[in-house]
Amino acid sequence: MSTLTEAPPPLAPAEPAKKSPRKRGRFTPYWLLLPGLLWLVVFFALPMIYQASTSVQTGSLEQGYKVTWHFVTYWQALSEYWPQFLRSVFYAAAATILCLLLGYPLAYTIAFRAGRWKNLIMILVIAPFFTSFLIRTLAWKTILADNGPIVHTLNSLHILDLTSFLGWTAGDRVLATPLAVVCGLTYNFLPFMILPLYTSLERIDGRLHEAAGDLYAKPWTTFRKVTFPLSMPGVVSGTLLTFIPAAGDYVNAELLGSTDTRMIGNVIQTQFLRILDYPTAAALSFILMAAILFMVTVYIRRSGTEDLV
Amino acid sequence: MPFVTWLKRHLVVIAGVLTLSYLLLPNVIVTVFSFNKPKGRFNYEWQQFSTDAWKDPCGVADMCGSLSISLQIAVWATIGATVLGTMIAFALVRYRFRARGAVNSLIFLPMAMPEVVMAASLLTLFLNMGAQLGFYTILIAHIMFCLSFVVTAVKARVMSMDPRLEEAARDLYAGPVQTFLRVTLPIAAPGIAAGALLSFALSFDDFIITNFNAGSTVTFPMFVWGSAQRGTPVQINVIGTAMFLVAVLFVLVSMLITNRRNSQKA
Repeated sequence: MSTLTEAPPPLAPAEPAKKSPRKRGRFTPYWLLLPGLLWLVVFFALPMIYQASTSVQTGSLEQGYKVTWHFVTYWQALSEYWPQFLRSVFYAAAATILCLLLGYPLAYTIAFRAGRWKNLIMILVIAPFFTSFLIRTLAWKTILADNGPIVHTLNSLHILDLTSFLGWTAGDRVLATPLAVVCGLTYNFLPFMILPLYTSLERIDGRLHEAAGDLYAKPWTTFRKVTFPLSMPGVVSGTLLTFIPAAGDYVNAELLGSTDTRMIGNVIQTQFLRILDYPTAAALSFILMAAILFMVTVYIRRSGTEDLV
Repeated sequence: MPFVTWLKRHLVVIAGVLTLSYLLLPNVIVTVFSFNKPKGRFNYEWQQFSTDAWKDPCGVADMCGSLSISLQIAVWATIGATVLGTMIAFALVRYRFRARGAVNSLIFLPMAMPEVVMAASLLTLFLNMGAQLGFYTILIAHIMFCLSFVVTAVKARVMSMDPRLEEAARDLYAGPVQTFLRVTLPIAAPGIAAGALLSFALSFDDFIITNFNAGSTVTFPMFVWGSAQRGTPVQINVIGTAMFLVAVLFVLVSMLITNRRNSQKA
């Protein structure tokens, strides 16, 4: 995870290659790379090619599939499932923004204000990972239950009236609504925002804050002009680490949502595992991959941190 | 207004604590509901206190079987990914070779890909090859997605290592193997351990990729997923709570040990 925040220094061998005592091992790097890379080529890159090929096949399970360059599948898949695509992007974007708003204060607290509690809070941020995320997501069913204290409070404050007016919730319920799904997504991917944010905040020299204060900057100005810009690498990698998995997720939509909150991950899963319409599923998955790679590239270019990888 | 000043000064910390409670609330619920005695098939509403589930954690059919499958896969995936990933990391930091850019992106891409895409494409590969879905296809998939994380963790550590230490070892007539075993490996060890730990956690908790490539094999996350449809036994919460406690204890003990070591050195 930390690569996203750590730009590797230009790689130069410690000594000129000529004098290197490892001169004999000219092939050593290739032997070291071979097994791992082979694994990635066969089980990551090759499947992508198979998937692309499957997406332009026609046929049926019984008679087998043949590559017929049937690009219409893409058109059909898009025209049928564009609402799920859009929904995935919206939910993932909302969850990402919420993660940033919630995660930043915590990362900031850990980095600058926690003192000797720092390690303990870090452990508490990471520890939930060790309870299966499905169990923790199911716990939200209890937290957001129809007659639970949270829904009751929101109801008596008339907040649910407002959210159901906006279409985020329905009636007196939070479960099985977009709000519940976004809440679950935010919860599930929050640590992926906090950790890179913390990494980049921690690197900031505390004296810069003092300097800003000495120059009569108010705390808010210091944050806006010094802290936040310096934490940009963390913000960029945090948003990516949140947005990408959230856009492809189908667990939260399935457990906390309803049929009206199905995301593209749900569609791909159903097509692949239940309907067994492999070409459509492969096409959808390919579109999702292309869309995400495109968005990520544009985002990285625009935020000017191309040395993320 | 001293209160307002106090509030202003500690606003960030208060917001941070609120976020932390948002993160921890589900774990509290999981723990509390491991002591529940639900009425129906689902364990979502509080009924009454009971320690039944803790006394009989394997009382649910197939649950502990799935847990053991998950543990086995996690152990093997960790070993596989750690060995392969550490080799790649050393090659990347210590050697010059062709196509470095391509290698770097091949390692980065799995981390930047939605899981469902990897899951679906891997399934098309297995289907095309006519592979029998099960334990081994899950293991293959897990090694694949853990690899990149190991490379990242180990690379960061090896990169920050002073190459002069190895030169010093060689100046003192240590052979290449001796240098590697006595100097390089011990220094890289924390990075390797971090990568291994991450692999274990990722593999043990993986659902999406496993769900696509498992065939009829049921891992623990898949068992939980299934029970969300059929009825959630309290024992799920027992396992969840126990895992949380073991993890926290493990981290605390290792922190105590490092602290003691550091203070002994000082």
